Amino acid sequence: MSGEVHTATNQIKSTVPHPYHMVDPSIWPVLGAMSAMCVAGGIIFAAHFGNFILLAVGLLGAMSTMYVWWRDVVRESATPGLHKMITQIGLRYGMALFIASEVMFFVSFFWNYFNYFFYPDKMGYAMAPVWPPMGVTTIDPFAIPLFNTMVLLLSGTTVTWAHHCLLEGDNKGTVQGLAVTVMLGLAFLCGQAWEYTHSPFNFYHGGVFPSAFFIATGFHGFHVIIGTGFLIVCLVRAMRHQFTPQRHFGFEAAAWYWHFVDVVWLFLFVCIYYLGRSAIVAG
Amino acid sequence: MSSTTHDDHAHNDHTHDAHGDHGHAKPGFVRRWLMSTNHKDIGTLYITSAVIAGCVGGILSMLMRAQLMYPHNHIISSGTEWNAIITAHGLIMIFWMVMPALIGGFGNWFVPMMIGAPDMAFPRLNNMSFWFLVMGFIFVMLGLLIGDGTGAGWTIYPPLDNARYSPGIATDFSLFSLHLAGISSLLGAINFIATILNMRAPGMTMHKMPLFVWAILVTAFLLLLAIPVLAGAVTMLIMDRNFGTSFFEPAGGGDPVLFQHLFWFFGHPEVYIMILPAFGVISHVVSTFSKKPIFGYLGMAYAMVIIGFVGFVVWAHHMFVSAISTDSRVYFEVATLVIAVPTGIKIFSWIATMWGGSIEFKTPMLWAIGFIFLFVIGGATGVVLANAGLDQELHNDYFLIAHFHYVLSLGAVFAIFAGFYYWIGKMSGHPYPEFWGKVHFWTTFIGVNLTFFPQHFLGLAGMPRRYPDYPDAFAGWNFVSSVGAMISGASTAVFFYILYRIFTSKEKLADNYWGEGATTLEWAVPSPAPHHTFEDVPVIQ
Ligand code: HEM
Ligand SMILES: [Cu+2]
Repeated sequence: MSGEVHTATNQIKSTVPHPYHMVDPSIWPVLGAMSAMCVAGGIIFAAHFGNFILLAVGLLGAMSTMYVWWRDVVRESATPGLHKMITQIGLRYGMALFIASEVMFFVSFFWNYFNYFFYPDKMGYAMAPVWPPMGVTTIDPFAIPLFNTMVLLLSGTTVTWAHHCLLEGDNKGTVQGLAVTVMLGLAFLCGQAWEYTHSPFNFYHGGVFPSAFFIATGFHGFHVIIGTGFLIVCLVRAMRHQFTPQRHFGFEAAAWYWHFVDVVWLFLFVCIYYLGRSAIVAG
Repeated sequence: MSSTTHDDHAHNDHTHDAHGDHGHAKPGFVRRWLMSTNHKDIGTLYITSAVIAGCVGGILSMLMRAQLMYPHNHIISSGTEWNAIITAHGLIMIFWMVMPALIGGFGNWFVPMMIGAPDMAFPRLNNMSFWFLVMGFIFVMLGLLIGDGTGAGWTIYPPLDNARYSPGIATDFSLFSLHLAGISSLLGAINFIATILNMRAPGMTMHKMPLFVWAILVTAFLLLLAIPVLAGAVTMLIMDRNFGTSFFEPAGGGDPVLFQHLFWFFGHPEVYIMILPAFGVISHVVSTFSKKPIFGYLGMAYAMVIIGFVGFVVWAHHMFVSAISTDSRVYFEVATLVIAVPTGIKIFSWIATMWGGSIEFKTPMLWAIGFIFLFVIGGATGVVLANAGLDQELHNDYFLIAHFHYVLSLGAVFAIFAGFYYWIGKMSGHPYPEFWGKVHFWTTFIGVNLTFFPQHFLGLAGMPRRYPDYPDAFAGWNFVSSVGAMISGASTAVFFYILYRIFTSKEKLADNYWGEGATTLEWAVPSPAPHHTFEDVPVIQ
């Protein structure tokens, strides 16, 4: 193999136009970045001065940007000739890679947890080297967490049901499957909210166990919220008949994301709720 | 060679519906620079911002060397101020200078062109990556300027930056600046991978891809997998500071060393994120000016892939004195030394490419040879530091500073300038003044070596990093080092003069102004490259 092979001089000129989607200039990216900056600054102001205005402005800006931007994408996908096959493949790459990066985000929080789970002697100061730390009452894994596990597993099947209906051209079935999935997502969130408000330990100044617990499960819960939102968008689009058996990548992306959230939960359930339970559990 | 076939007026009738800016009416300023979906314009934005950030970071470094020129100096009024300056210098140079120049700048300009694609896979996302970077820059500057500034160093270790020792909001701004820059890099990485895997022209198989494209591909994967871990660590820091958690707070049972693990799990891949694109640039320059294809093309590509893999499992060589077990030290030492092998492959292949070639010492080639020479020195001191025993002594002293400046300031930065002189004609359409290019090279070369070589001696003699003062015994080499810094600072003036000459030049360049040695696809389009390239799919044999 020599460098010769990738030479410009070996290039053949064709008159076949490229098949990609060239996007028009758009103001949304700048607005999105500015909103993100407001969110970040807003968190700082909220934490230091109790002032939530900037945060609210930022969140509003971010949500509106997402709305108008994705509205544009949906419109483009409906315009004949813009999203050719190759562009759809590109979108798949994009979504898969995004999920891969999310996996690594969770890795950091699991790493945090396992640091103490496997090496409890790494806990600071004179804490006895046991995990969960002495005196911590944990949540009973077979109460709400098991219920939530079932809910999420079921939602994984209902979203697949919706997918199969979509492939069969059964729009009514798709809408039903998606509606049930969304409801299960909301049920999960309710369960988690109940669990958080009744938890036997506190997030604020509760020490290392609650920190590790809440960041991992909380970050997951945040992903359930995003995933549910994504599914709701798909539900609305299904009701408007925007998906066809051949083309429905928006739906598939939501389903991928949902399965990813589901798998993360299984790890949380096994590693944190079950293996990390203490002798004393609170239901 | 190809100017006639690439007249893009010829295919206005193709079915590129809904291309608002597609006609040749010039888009207005806002539309062109704020709303851009064009990889070349976005690349230009990245390069411009890297120049600005480089100046800011450079001024900070001049301040530091001025303070260290003589012992007991008082140019910088307090240790707190000093800490803020070193922190901002490190963060800005890494996240807002080197990465934007190499990845966002050259990557955006040339990856699509080299694979024969008309643009990046996600043009709007591309623009958002750039603007996230700008927002991050605003934040890092706030982190420097508000109150006492951020003083924890670019490695942001707790407890230095916890609520007790860094109570002000400046530290929060710096931490969030990493989130913003991180999102920028992450979106950019997704975009590059999707572009490279999905948009290669027919015939452009992976094994024919130019090495710069390979370099950006591996870099993008490193970003994709490393940045989220940094994001997680920074999130936990912010929570500890503001929301009463104890991730890294021993008082609540937390473990500060855990932060170091998370940080360096990102941090070591990060150093390769900065150097792999540089490797790519150097391969092109060396091959062009030796008028030979690169020696061992596949070996060069896969050496980068191996560096990428191994780069993920060596992180704790930054933590040899951080209470890690002896077994861990042995493992991380050995794993680190392994990286020297693929790195060696690269060095020897560049030398073999030059061997027997008819070498032309144009400015880009000078920077490339300078890169190889200085990177070898930095690599060798890296191998020294990788020895856990030696590193007990050398960790966090000026030997370490010399090491990473040889690979970064003299490695990555030399590659940036090599790329700049190599491609500026393609980007601007005008030649740079050869004589001044060489002046720029030699003044920089002398300046940076005077700055950093003596730091090896200072480190071996025991001078620690991150202090604004030192005992009189270290005065001599510190003085030399500061003089060197002033020389490299002055060389920047030459660079700006060159920029002035380029942009006022009336001279026009041919498509392939380097001639037979330059063989990649960007040389098949006019100089400057038109707004849209490869509207017709090129076919590569
Ligand atoms: C042969 C290859 C290399 C080896 C064996 C190596 C080894 C090391 C080791 C062992 C350290 C830690 C020393 C200590 O903290 O006491 C270190 C630090 C560092 N290296 Fe390298 N290195 C190599 C290449 C590079 C490259 C290519 C870059 C960047 C382009 C780089 C950038 C850095 C930086 C920035 C630090 C210091 C981080 C800090 O503490 O602030 N190194 N290197
Ligand atoms: Cu390292």
